[in-house]
Amino acid sequence: MTTEIAEPASKVELPSHLSGDAGEIPSFECTIRIARFVPEQDEEPHWEDYQVTMYGTDRVLDALHKIKWEIDGSLSFRRSCAHGICGSDAMRINGRNRLACKTLLKDLDTSKPITVEPIKGLPVEKDLIVDMEPFFQSYREIMPFLITTGNEPTRERLQSQEDRARFDDTTKCILCAACTSSCPVFWTDGQYFGPAAIVNAHRFIFDSRDEGGDLRLEILNDKEGVWRCRTTFNCSEACPRGIEVTKAIAEVKQALFTRAF
Amino acid sequence: MKIHQYDVVIVGAGGAGMRAAIEAGQRTRTAVLTKLYPTRSHTGAAQGGMCAALANVEEDNWEWHTFDTIKGGDYLVDQDAAEVMAKEAIDAVLDLEKMGLPFNRTPEGKIDQRRFGGHTRDHGKAPVRRACYAADRTGHMILQTLYQNCVKHGVEFYNEFYVLDLILTEVDGRRRVAGVVAYELATGELHIFQSKSVVFATGGVGKVFKTTSNAHTLTGDGMAVAYRRGIPLEDMEFFQFHPTGLAGLGILLSEAARGEGGILRNADGERFMERYAPTIKDLAPRDIVARSMANEVREGRGAGPNKDYVLLDLTHLEPEHIDAKLPDITEFARTYLGVEPYTEPVPVFPTAHYAMGGIPTNVDSEVLADNDTVIPGLFAAGEVACVSVHGSNRLGTNSLLDINVFGKRAGKAAAAYAAGADYVELPEAPETEIAATLESLRTSDGSENIAAIRKDLQDIMDANVQVFRTEQTLREALDVIATLRERYANVGIHDRGKRFNLDLLEAVELGFLLELAEVITVSALHRKESRGGHFREDYEKRDDENFMHHTMAYLDPESEAEGVRGVRLDTKPVVVTRYQPMERKY
Repeated sequence: MTTEIAEPASKVELPSHLSGDAGEIPSFECTIRIARFVPEQDEEPHWEDYQVTMYGTDRVLDALHKIKWEIDGSLSFRRSCAHGICGSDAMRINGRNRLACKTLLKDLDTSKPITVEPIKGLPVEKDLIVDMEPFFQSYREIMPFLITTGNEPTRERLQSQEDRARFDDTTKCILCAACTSSCPVFWTDGQYFGPAAIVNAHRFIFDSRDEGGDLRLEILNDKEGVWRCRTTFNCSEACPRGIEVTKAIAEVKQALFTRAF
Repeated sequence: MKIHQYDVVIVGAGGAGMRAAIEAGQRTRTAVLTKLYPTRSHTGAAQGGMCAALANVEEDNWEWHTFDTIKGGDYLVDQDAAEVMAKEAIDAVLDLEKMGLPFNRTPEGKIDQRRFGGHTRDHGKAPVRRACYAADRTGHMILQTLYQNCVKHGVEFYNEFYVLDLILTEVDGRRRVAGVVAYELATGELHIFQSKSVVFATGGVGKVFKTTSNAHTLTGDGMAVAYRRGIPLEDMEFFQFHPTGLAGLGILLSEAARGEGGILRNADGERFMERYAPTIKDLAPRDIVARSMANEVREGRGAGPNKDYVLLDLTHLEPEHIDAKLPDITEFARTYLGVEPYTEPVPVFPTAHYAMGGIPTNVDSEVLADNDTVIPGLFAAGEVACVSVHGSNRLGTNSLLDINVFGKRAGKAAAAYAAGADYVELPEAPETEIAATLESLRTSDGSENIAAIRKDLQDIMDANVQVFRTEQTLREALDVIATLRERYANVGIHDRGKRFNLDLLEAVELGFLLELAEVITVSALHRKESRGGHFREDYEKRDDENFMHHTMAYLDPESEAEGVRGVRLDTKPVVVTRYQPMERKY
């Protein structure tokens, strides 16, 4: 759909704060309480507190960097893009799964220590780093790729805007594992596929171009599949991309009832 | 010491690396070595689209796309390469669609297309809808789709393996690829990968600058590894500053915001691009827009408390239109600056975005040891490479195109080469040099701090080597870099462990950044003209008579360039086929 836009005005009146007043960026003190763990040295994780001075729009990731760069270089965590796209820095912050780069300190209660732990349910390798392999293994098992039969068309496959919209929500997944590692079923049963794998199965099951839906549904009909979901909604709350994860899982369950295979 | 053997080793799992892996993996035994997990690469941060003259929504053809790419690059583009890219763009997009990429669609169900900076109909007459897109997360969709297809084809990944050296062996008087040395982050162990072909697809070097859209991990690893092994780096002075980074943060707001109708205003509320590019205004190429913005700020028309940014105004667009086409970037504005783009303009300023230069290759992605000698078995694609399809300024969307077109070519060529070649013998203990460097860093107790040196480097690069450059600012930067390199020799790190020693990793990365910052600055000093992304206030005009050539920088202890010991500069002719240089006006 292409909408023609009217030519905007060459000049407009702007609100005064955009053309004027100098303002000091507010700073504040906070305590970051981090679960530290090095397998060779420690029997189990222990908390360590770090006092840091942070600024208005700083995020938890900025605080972690400040600690690593200025206080203790051995603090280990993954990060890359630093704006919520790459999915490297999912962690448990004040008991909730979030991306450190997308969690602003000012949105947390800085009068108390902010706790930072690795995501749960995956083996901890060091400090905030977990072994992601079991997570990606589940992802790979649901056949996360377009499956088609017959000859390929010369040009693109056609897809209506409505059909494209049908699975838009689940294309947003960045595989950060925030959802899967927030799931109580996954904590107790690491064999469970987990929300992220189901989200990615959904992305293909509801893509009108795909012909492998039945195969995936069969996989997810397994005892470690969608039926283990207890709809606690932790996953939906945890998703940094705002995907309605529980709804997607429910739609896959629904498809198992309605589709014959 | 573990030694692995593969026909093809691909270094990097972003768009170019995975596109290459899909080709090579189906033809021959292939491994992908990546510093990050595959879907963490910065391809995923690309937003706006990928151009191809599909002509799905209006008349277009690849010859216009070729012309736009050449003019956009201010005529420093190798025209044969641009032609290849524009022509193969169409299949590159269709390939992705067939792999499953969920493009936005037209009412007829075809791939939708939109406008993007510098892309025009009929040689500059008006903006054209050429960018194929998936909302404002096209790069995310490309990265996911390519990874999905790697899973489909069973491509073998070595995740969190950091390649630190390239093994070249002289055979019959000619250097050939023998393999790479990689450092396994989880264990701290070194691995040797012996291979017939090596493809470098390690991405860019944005972290030499402070304000950048690039990920923390973009530290020019592949460029630096190649450079240290005597391979030249081409056109490193050309760095793209993307106009619309979130002010103070550098986080990218796609050019699609302007493609969809957004405009830039200064503190007076004026749409200032009308003065700088009267025909296509806010959709002028990035170098022009970035410079115009910086100039507004310099002349006192910047907005905000410190008058140090301009404004991206979307308030005249319908909120539904914004939600449908630009959902992610408007969320960035809300999350990170607390600004509501429906009703308020968003503070923006140019952010270091893309290295036009890199490891020189030909159109088959083969790496060149000089102006024309191929290094058998060595390939490069994507931002790490310089084909050169971007010349002195890359057009928006052409990077996603580059990784797909040349990633595919690299994968095919690497597999074809491996099919007809033998393994080159490994030298004895090829890891010795790297092992020594790592060990001395890991046990060093010098007084200098990695983060402090890196901050000083990024500060001087932002201040002196950014949108505006002069002889004086560049010389100052070189002096500072020299001091920083001395300080780096006395660096100390905290983490003494082997497991996930990211402190050590950052120290290695900093070494790469320092080396490449020097190459960028020396090359910039040499180029006494203004062209594309390189603007010299002391030489404001493009000078085709003296500088219509690529810059080739070599590491050479015996030489000196622009007063810097250890660098040798040479030039390489630009390939001109159809389009003679003209004045670049929009």
